Amino acid sequence: MRLASAVFAGLVGLFSAPTLASEVTTFELENGLEVVVVENRRAPVVVHMVWYRVGAADEPPGQSGIAHFLEHLMFKATDELASGEFSETVNRNGGSDNAFTAADYTGYFQRIASDRLELVMRMEASRMDGLALVPEDIATERDVVIEERNQRIENDPGALFNEQMRAAQYLNHPYAIPIIGWKHEAEALSLEDANAFYKAHYGPNNAILVVAGDADPDEVRALAEKYYGVIPANPDIVERERGQEPPQLVERRLNYADPRIGNDYVIRSYLAPERDSGAQEDAAALTLLAEVLGGSPTTSVLAQKLQFESQGSVFTSAWYSGQSLDDTTFGLVNVPVPGTSLEDAEAALDQAIAEFMEDGVDPDKLARIKSQIRASEIYALDNVRSLANRYGSGLTSGLTVADIQAWPDILQAVTEDDIMAAATRIFDKRKSVVGFVRTAEETTQ
Amino acid sequence: MTRFFIVISAFFALISPAQAGTEIKEVTSPGGIKAWLVEEPSIPFTALELRFQGGGSLDRPGKRGAINLMTATIEEGAGDLDAQGFAVARDELAASFGFDVNRDALSVSARFLSENRDEAIALLRTALVSPRFEQDAIDRVREQILSGLRSDANDPNTAAIIALNTLSYGSHPYATRLDGTIESVSALVRDDVVNAFRDVVVKDRVFIGAAGDISAEELGQLLDDLLGDLPKGGAPLPSAVDLQLTGGVTVEDFPVPQAVTLFAHDGIPRDDPDFFPAFLANEIFGGSGLQSRLSQEVREERGLTYGIGSFLVNSDHSSMVMGQFATANSRVSEAIDVIRDEWQQIASEGVTPEELEDAKTYLTGAYPLRFDSNASIARILVGMQLDGLPIDYIDTRNDKVNAVTLDDVKRVAERLYRADDLRFVVVGQPEGVENVN
Repeated sequence: MRLASAVFAGLVGLFSAPTLASEVTTFELENGLEVVVVENRRAPVVVHMVWYRVGAADEPPGQSGIAHFLEHLMFKATDELASGEFSETVNRNGGSDNAFTAADYTGYFQRIASDRLELVMRMEASRMDGLALVPEDIATERDVVIEERNQRIENDPGALFNEQMRAAQYLNHPYAIPIIGWKHEAEALSLEDANAFYKAHYGPNNAILVVAGDADPDEVRALAEKYYGVIPANPDIVERERGQEPPQLVERRLNYADPRIGNDYVIRSYLAPERDSGAQEDAAALTLLAEVLGGSPTTSVLAQKLQFESQGSVFTSAWYSGQSLDDTTFGLVNVPVPGTSLEDAEAALDQAIAEFMEDGVDPDKLARIKSQIRASEIYALDNVRSLANRYGSGLTSGLTVADIQAWPDILQAVTEDDIMAAATRIFDKRKSVVGFVRTAEETTQ
Repeated sequence: MTRFFIVISAFFALISPAQAGTEIKEVTSPGGIKAWLVEEPSIPFTALELRFQGGGSLDRPGKRGAINLMTATIEEGAGDLDAQGFAVARDELAASFGFDVNRDALSVSARFLSENRDEAIALLRTALVSPRFEQDAIDRVREQILSGLRSDANDPNTAAIIALNTLSYGSHPYATRLDGTIESVSALVRDDVVNAFRDVVVKDRVFIGAAGDISAEELGQLLDDLLGDLPKGGAPLPSAVDLQLTGGVTVEDFPVPQAVTLFAHDGIPRDDPDFFPAFLANEIFGGSGLQSRLSQEVREERGLTYGIGSFLVNSDHSSMVMGQFATANSRVSEAIDVIRDEWQQIASEGVTPEELEDAKTYLTGAYPLRFDSNASIARILVGMQLDGLPIDYIDTRNDKVNAVTLDDVKRVAERLYRADDLRFVVVGQPEGVENVN
């Protein structure tokens, strides 16, 4: 590695861990609703979110896409609100609202002037147990969802391949199934499916309320008692029991060709452990491993070896997302310069990893990454919604508030040896899927 | 997977600002460089936004893509540092510098901690004053750009924009992509990159917004340090657009199951006295959220698309009203009919009092929510200056929204929405949709 000039050297670790300008308060209502208040008074704005502990990985067999379809339908009528009235009211009050579905959670949020918190809370509570779907809502919204699938997946060959790759990665776990649903199943979802899913998963005892921004914890508590506290716990909530992965004994290799692929690439993912409550150390080591290998487009191991030294690649990356209820993945990608075979690109990738396993972690590089992580805690204070997301997504992925708050320190404690040990465990080809993705002259339909 | 797809509007400065407490200071550095600043000491960092006017439209003849390549290479080695040395230095400071370019400006977005501000600015200065543009860096970045161009060649959204711009802008630089083509980018040499830098990154074309933990005095000194040594001049700015777009339908065959459609005709200038009525009309017609007429009719009533919106697109040299949606090839024709009817209807009937009232409460209520982070405040400040807005604009903007009457909207809608002039560009394999010129 070439060195920085003297002016800039030696600054690593100067800045201290930030004193958090955001106070976090947590409590639980009697009906089981967990509440997190992230106080951040920068602007008279509040983000109000309800996260349900249910996602696409909790769907009944044959109904892929129902979690996401229900999320769309939650904007229709409730026993107190007309169809569309929720968003109209938020809009009229200068706010914005939306929702999202992931494998492990479904979330609904509004961003609005802080003096309107009560308004959105009243409406959000209404759809926690009062959804009142009618048949007319179904067909049109299902068409919308199919167009969403067309836009996100069918029109994008890379996204189509990602679906295939994920299906190959998970032999038994429902993470194999796309969040938006397989097209043939999403097209057939019914009102009954939506209502059954709602009754089995929605209710205060399966939800987390996150209020972030210009909010006083005591006022939030009073409002939450008033609107959410009166909703009885749902006795029919179904425990999340997903089929777990068996031992994976053989590498899977996929060859995908599509005339719409612009650049050939090789991609590999490995089944990987996720962040577990009280035991996040392995995930922390994998997080830093991904940073060391592929975090920076200029100074990461893969960029240095494949883009700068051999100049055989246009783009490389490594990634790992530890926040997940069940086993997650660790990934590598190499986009070689045109004219390179994918066999050679894969060999180059493996060679780079092998050299890294020989050489170990550059301590300066690790120190820089840790400095950036510390600084990112300062920059994070500038974005209230991302602070709220941290708690909502963490708590719906099996973590506790203590786990979430401990995470930055756990990352800082990771050593070079921890990273190499994690690398030794993760790079097990028997648990991997390799994808060769290339352009094809003709479609084979 | 979110419930609706938010189509990015080119409209940033308008649907932004305002709040008691957002006090904007105009700062003039000892060396005479002007900037707008919002001081916000609660978090120990600063967001700084620079815009060099002209941007990608200043490419020299036959050198399309040179400014884009230059922008992507600025950070790949500067002063004593090569690309990796620069990245190491930047990462040690935990600063981030973003370089980007659009058709009207080259942007620099910097974020740096208070405790090492001077070092971060000294490093950024090397990139702006003495970028190295070494051949190996140019070649490496060029390969990445070419790779992006190859991917884009298969992207229906990109194809639709290219087709619309080709139809609209004649010989103006807006007619072609600032990324260039595989041929033009492949042919660029180092001198082209160096010239592109000289043509664009000049002191007398820079606009500056800053927000965060920095005083006016500190910002003034910082700007002199950062920009004081930049040259003046630059390539001549482009002239106004003579819009070539006519009503009709253009179909571009593309092998995708879902067709992407853009629709547009000329719009209303940002400084037109009727701009605010037009802004309100568009908000009602195709604005954000699912309440707009287009969303209601095309998505909510008929399930034809995941997202549809319309925008007043005001660039430095042209103004357009434009919309976008995507739907299965079999349903494009139906959606186009609905849009034409809606276009006609708002032109002939205007909007209802309820619609106008709802749009006003939304826009005036949403305005202060934009000022919630240093990063967004700095972007708003620089956007206001590029739009030629006065520094007290934030205090008067909601009054301008509220002053719009039903008659204003009716008058302006009739002028703005002309169904016969509307051009649809459909990229896909739509059924029952033919070219109409």
